[in-house]
Amino acid sequence: MTTPEQLAMLALGVPLIGFVLVAMSGRVPNVREAFTLLTALVTFACVAGLYPAVMRGEEVRFALLEVMPGVPLSFRVEPLGMVYALVATLLWIPNSLYSIGYMRANHEKNQTRFYACYPLAIASAVGIAFADNIFTMFVFYEMLTLSTFPLVTHKGTSDAMRSGRVYLGILLTTSVCFQLFAVLWIYVLSMGDTPAVESINFTVGGVFRDGLASNRIDPGIIGLLFFLYIYGIGKAALMPVHRWLPAAMVAPTPVSAFLHAVAVVKGGVFCVIKVSVYVFGVGTMQQYGLGNWLLYVAGATIIIASLIAAFQDNLKKRLAYSTISQLSYVVMATALLTPLSIMAATFHIVAHAFGKITLFFAAGSVYTASHKTQVSQLDGIGRRMPATMAAFTIGALSMIGVPPLVGFVSKWWLISSVIERGTLSGVDFSEGFVLAVIGASTLLNASYFLPIIYRAFFRPLADDDLKHPHGEAPMPMVYALSFTAALTVLFFFWHKPALDLAELVRRAAL
Amino acid sequence: MELIRHNLPALIVVTPLVMGLLTSIIGRRGLGWWMAMGTTAAGLAMSVQLLVDVLSQGDRTLEYLMGNWPVPFGIGYSVDPLNATVLLIVSLLSAVITLYARKSVASEVPAGKLNFFYALWLFCITGLLGITITGDAFNLYVLLEISSLSTYTLVALGKDRNRRALTSAVNYLVLGSIGACFYLVGVAYLYMATGSLNIADIAERLQPIYASWGTDEPVYQKTVITGFAFMAVGLSLKLALFPLHGWLPNAYTYAPSSVSALLASTATKVGAYAFIRVIFTLVGVGFAFGRLHTDVALMVCSGAAILVGSWLAIRQTNVKKLLAYSSIAQIGYIALGFALANRDGITASVIHLFNHALTKGGMFLALGIVMYRVGGTRLSDLRGLGRKLPITMGAFTAGGLGLIGVPLTSGFISKWYLVSACLERGRYELAGVVLVGSVLALVYVWRVVETIYFGKREDEVTVREAPASMLVPTLILVGASIYFGVDSSFTTHIAGEAADFLLKVKP
Repeated sequence: MTTPEQLAMLALGVPLIGFVLVAMSGRVPNVREAFTLLTALVTFACVAGLYPAVMRGEEVRFALLEVMPGVPLSFRVEPLGMVYALVATLLWIPNSLYSIGYMRANHEKNQTRFYACYPLAIASAVGIAFADNIFTMFVFYEMLTLSTFPLVTHKGTSDAMRSGRVYLGILLTTSVCFQLFAVLWIYVLSMGDTPAVESINFTVGGVFRDGLASNRIDPGIIGLLFFLYIYGIGKAALMPVHRWLPAAMVAPTPVSAFLHAVAVVKGGVFCVIKVSVYVFGVGTMQQYGLGNWLLYVAGATIIIASLIAAFQDNLKKRLAYSTISQLSYVVMATALLTPLSIMAATFHIVAHAFGKITLFFAAGSVYTASHKTQVSQLDGIGRRMPATMAAFTIGALSMIGVPPLVGFVSKWWLISSVIERGTLSGVDFSEGFVLAVIGASTLLNASYFLPIIYRAFFRPLADDDLKHPHGEAPMPMVYALSFTAALTVLFFFWHKPALDLAELVRRAAL
Repeated sequence: MELIRHNLPALIVVTPLVMGLLTSIIGRRGLGWWMAMGTTAAGLAMSVQLLVDVLSQGDRTLEYLMGNWPVPFGIGYSVDPLNATVLLIVSLLSAVITLYARKSVASEVPAGKLNFFYALWLFCITGLLGITITGDAFNLYVLLEISSLSTYTLVALGKDRNRRALTSAVNYLVLGSIGACFYLVGVAYLYMATGSLNIADIAERLQPIYASWGTDEPVYQKTVITGFAFMAVGLSLKLALFPLHGWLPNAYTYAPSSVSALLASTATKVGAYAFIRVIFTLVGVGFAFGRLHTDVALMVCSGAAILVGSWLAIRQTNVKKLLAYSSIAQIGYIALGFALANRDGITASVIHLFNHALTKGGMFLALGIVMYRVGGTRLSDLRGLGRKLPITMGAFTAGGLGLIGVPLTSGFISKWYLVSACLERGRYELAGVVLVGSVLALVYVWRVVETIYFGKREDEVTVREAPASMLVPTLILVGASIYFGVDSSFTTHIAGEAADFLLKVKP
């Protein structure tokens, strides 16, 4: 019987073994793809195997090595990290299936490099999820950026290289100049005999409480650190550091679907929640009003990104801006700084992941079957690709928040938390602002998703298209997108595991 | 054995000196390389032994008297954790690079001159080791000149590839000699004030002089200040600290590949060491930083070095020159560390001496392979080499990640300590400079990496992977630079010892 610690180590180690296996089996594509699928399944099994231990509240922690004295690479499995790790590893399975169909049908080159980078990215994601101190989180955050770079620039064209530079430039500049600065600042404050900061480990309630109680740290510095952290996590794509996400759309669609709708961006918002709860502490931030500015920046990001999305004709670009807007839902919910809003933020990681990966899968299927990339070309495509466009419809409705889809559930919790906040501390402008943003964004979502559905199902095919008949995309892709669409529906009715974890996060934030 | 062990401090310098003389006489037909290889390998063993010995001493020092003449009359060698570390850096790098040099040098230097090449090579190493170990300020000057004069010639030997090696060498000769003269003038002034040449002795005799400055009758105030000023400028020149870096880019670029690697990884490191020694041991940090505020000047210069060096590196099209400008920036990190004068700062400096020597040495060796196989190191020569020289270019890229300071490379450890030191001193702007420097490093490294992996070659030449004798040393250095980023217990330990020694914290 393996202990939870061993399982957690396996969750980190199996993708690395998978990386080696995939890299070595490049000559035999079928074996290579079998390794990819196998690695995905085993990794998910390892992470899922940790679920009972986490629900029992067991402490699962281990350290790998001491990189510098007092600064180890250490890990601890806690509910919030579980949510992110589960989402990332679960969705890697359909994504692997989808990649096989996509890469083969589109005759992409350098497929071994492509498949080899995925497990590295997953290992980084698991590392971020289970990191126990801010140093470990930073290390894996950077690893995730670097391991996904070859995937973004996969095509190797000058356009891909340019976008790759934007991707790497924004993500590394923000993380080095802001996040690393904050990490080191907290590290320096945590040294000495009477440190102002308790430790660099993630601590329930935050690490500043003692220092604040004994006046060893100025709340203004905490505010500055929080700002450095929020903009140091460029992966959360908060405006104005969001430009890398549309740039990353140059990547093959499986990459956009999985990394830039799930693993990378969710890694970003996960880090935002994690540091808010476990470094700064919800109570501390509320007391000194540190989250207020973030509420408005996130709200503005939601609206502006939605407006930009509405004007994009390129389907993937439209989805990318929709992602930026949806990520800021998580950030905005975090910035509300009530335990219930933290729970809503956590749940939205799950809800958005299922819907958005389905949408990207559909976009990639359309491209593979018909080589269409623009929304304006999609007239009547629903008749030729009914399964794909049905899945697209499910994903889009979930984004808008229509029941019975999982997007509705997370919107429910978000609005509940706003109301709870109003009843707890008295209604002020911020609650109204958040509700207005949610309302406006729902309308905007509808305005840029519904026309696509209308075109696909209710407009006739263009004359040009009649000459080029095509059917559905290859079967692996259809299976994958049907699976994620089914999850989007299923999680409306049966979201207890995710909600239970989110509930544990709520308690940690109390 | 006991005799050898007792005389190690002298042997580590005398062996390469004697072997160098022998090499120039009998080192023909490939024998020269064998002699150099044996000598540097022995040097490595000796420096490891010295480090072990010094760390086992209660007061962390080993004194050695040349010919048993007592100091201050004779020349005393003195080993402590700081220079034992630098000795290890110099001897490790010189052994690994000598291992690499055989084929590379044979392809770049005329066969008839190989014995002289390896003789100069050993003299250069003699000088570097001697500067590091000596406890005598004048002896330091002599050894500085031994290493410098041989270096000028070694640089000039790159002339068959490119005539500009000659002008670079002359330029280096002029500036290097000015630097050495300035240092000598400084020593003379201090001799005038104290009547001694031994570093520890001068430091002791300076104390009553400093004490007199607060009274009505200050003695030798202007003399000592002038002396230190001359020394500081002279050593800044040797160290290539911005804005006195002018000689460095061309000397590194046009020298033979192995010479560039040796210079980049050891020469400036020894210069930095000498500067640290002068500030912390000779004149004392209370005088240099407390009274004269040299630390502010150093912080400004090193901050500028980081930003300007990196910026100029971005604009280069010759990758060797790009690395040279990057070295100017990295020297800024080293100087910034000791200018902060706190434990983390000095630790950062010493760690970076070590880490940067490994990283930059490894990258220059990888470039040397490109030179050997392709015949040039311009950006266009590197296009698409990722497929043709996968191991070499992989090593180059890994080294590049170290320069940027990506986590789990040794460069990250250096930066971690350096930024911590800045924050401890409350110099937030300098912490920012260091981090911005990393981003600039990202830009110049990534330009090369993109060219290597995504550049298209018009000429489909067949390029084979490098011979093992060149590949293995490259991989040793780059591998070590990664290893010390994952587990830094060795580097942080010895650097911490050195910092404690300099700040006079009792072990």
